[in-house]
Amino acid sequence: MANLPENATLRRSLALGPAVLIVGAFMLVPVAIMGVYSFLEAKSFGGVTWSFSGDAYVQLFYERLLDDSLRLSSGYLIIIARSFFLALVATVSCLIVGFPVAWFIARRPLGQRNMWILLITIPFWTNQLVRTFAWIIILGRNGVIEAPFRWAGLLGEGETLGLMYSDFAIAVGLTYTFIPLMVLPIYASLEKLDFSLVEAGADLYSSRWETFSRIVIPLSKPGIVAGCLLVFIPSLGAFIQPDLLGGGKKLMLGTLVQFQFSTARNWPFGSAIAMILLAFVIAFLMLYARAARGAKAMEMRR
Amino acid sequence: MPRTPEAATVTPLHSDMPSRPGTGAAPAIVLEDVRKTYGRGASAVQALRGISFEIRDNEFFTLLGPSGCGKTTLLRALAGFEHATGGTIRLFGQNIMDVSAHRRPVNTVFQHYALFPHMTVAENVAYGLRRLRRPADEIAAAVAETLRLVKMETFADRRPTQLSGGQQQRVALARALAPHPKVLLLDEPLSALDLKLRQAMRQELKQIQAKTGITFIFVTHDQDEALSMSDRIAVMSDGLVQQVGTPTEIYERPANRFVAGFVGDANFIKAAIMSRANTEVTCKTIGGLELRADGKKARAGQRDVTLFLRPEKVRLGAPGQGSVDGVVATLQYLGNACLMEVDIGEATPLLVSERIADVDQPRRAAGDRVGVKLDPRSLQVLEE
Repeated sequence: MANLPENATLRRSLALGPAVLIVGAFMLVPVAIMGVYSFLEAKSFGGVTWSFSGDAYVQLFYERLLDDSLRLSSGYLIIIARSFFLALVATVSCLIVGFPVAWFIARRPLGQRNMWILLITIPFWTNQLVRTFAWIIILGRNGVIEAPFRWAGLLGEGETLGLMYSDFAIAVGLTYTFIPLMVLPIYASLEKLDFSLVEAGADLYSSRWETFSRIVIPLSKPGIVAGCLLVFIPSLGAFIQPDLLGGGKKLMLGTLVQFQFSTARNWPFGSAIAMILLAFVIAFLMLYARAARGAKAMEMRR
Repeated sequence: MPRTPEAATVTPLHSDMPSRPGTGAAPAIVLEDVRKTYGRGASAVQALRGISFEIRDNEFFTLLGPSGCGKTTLLRALAGFEHATGGTIRLFGQNIMDVSAHRRPVNTVFQHYALFPHMTVAENVAYGLRRLRRPADEIAAAVAETLRLVKMETFADRRPTQLSGGQQQRVALARALAPHPKVLLLDEPLSALDLKLRQAMRQELKQIQAKTGITFIFVTHDQDEALSMSDRIAVMSDGLVQQVGTPTEIYERPANRFVAGFVGDANFIKAAIMSRANTEVTCKTIGGLELRADGKKARAGQRDVTLFLRPEKVRLGAPGQGSVDGVVATLQYLGNACLMEVDIGEATPLLVSERIADVDQPRRAAGDRVGVKLDPRSLQVLEE
């Protein structure tokens, strides 16, 4: 301890040093490189040429015709819309499934709760790719779901329920992957909830639904909002689920980025999409921060 | 969803109902062999083992007992938070065993208040009336009136977290009173307050009960609280009711050794009954003392009876002046009284509490020889 500097400011900077270094070197610098690349010109076989160009961003909304004139194109906008839609569906279904699970765990005796939390996190221990492939076996042709229909003669030869390679399959995959991120923060806020408040609600003539909507939901809101953000943001940029379960036909923003860097070899365009995705995420976080600040300010005023 | 008709007929606060207990027509609550068992088989725990008694309308009724005696379980069964596993509970004649908590015209003041932290004081108090779909002007009037009743009208716009423990207590009381329940349940509401506040709140609770005319059922493990506030008390132990009676009956004429020992200090002397004349018996203690005592149901020849005596009922005088002489073994000076253990040759020394009322009263000291006067009317044979 004797070697530590006396100056508190210096000591604090030293303590923060490693974190600043990691965030700076491994997050800010790559994002900056991506930002710069998105304004450069693409080389034919990957990489970039160092001349400024806004083409990558133009390409998102327009297609360049042979005579170099631009025409409004909806192709990529549809992908953005689909990403938002599927991320929203995944968030809502995670919430519908996750809230009761979190409630169930929070109401277990103290000693049992950690075991249930462990069970929730177990899927995280295996590879995401493998877990997503498992859904192909469940949803696919002659899969676990279709087999009984086929056996009962409800599905003929060559017929399929068409569960796989659809928006539905992607939404199922996203929900499955991200549900622990919904359960954990909601559990954290429900665990702190004093159950006598629920009894007080019932005591004061509220039905189950009224107790839930007027007492449980408002008091677990921080957990619900955190869970929704934690599911929505990674769902928006997901690429494994749309790639495997959407069959590469139903593109999402994440798939598109991956495609630009691998197959299409258009680094500036890939960077531009990534930057747009980042802008959306930052916008969401700022809205959340403002809402949280607003709620706090209102509380102070009252 | 239909609302309870009982809860719908709300009488205004400060109704001119008589404040004397036991004048209502039907008893507020009738318990018949109420049982509650947790778990099954060998590990089953019987929290309530057949509780039967009545609580009168407009009564301040206390459930008194040590922790784990079942008093809180009984209160929760009345509120509807626990489902009794046997027996019947009637509320003003209606069997409420299968009525869920939110339809019982009964409100609870919780031990740790359980105020809704995301609502203001006024919103908390209005909560029950809003769920009963009362008109807004009626709610506003009832909230203002109830807050005035508990002297919290200037705090209406505060949040519960901005209030002290005593203030939260008052809001919790107002919230439970606002819908004007038929019965108010109070679960050790004063236990989290400091001593001075607790004593002030006792008087206030009693006044509020008289003003509103609502039947109060108060749970506590504090005998002083029970004695000072209640019209009647049920002393509970081990899932059973040991005695139901007025504070005087409970303190002066305890039904058994548990009640005698739990409510106040007590001396217990083992003795055998020699003879009996009317209600007075003559007994012989193990130490060979011959004493006269009060024992209605005692029979001559009975062995191993327990005599009971409150420490403040013993009078001390000069040696040779009492029923027996003794030596002061230990002494605690309490300011207004002196608490002594006096050795009278029995198995355990006699606990004596002497009030210090006179300036020229003799000062006792350990080792003093004293004459111990035992009044036959205050020495009682306990029923087994």
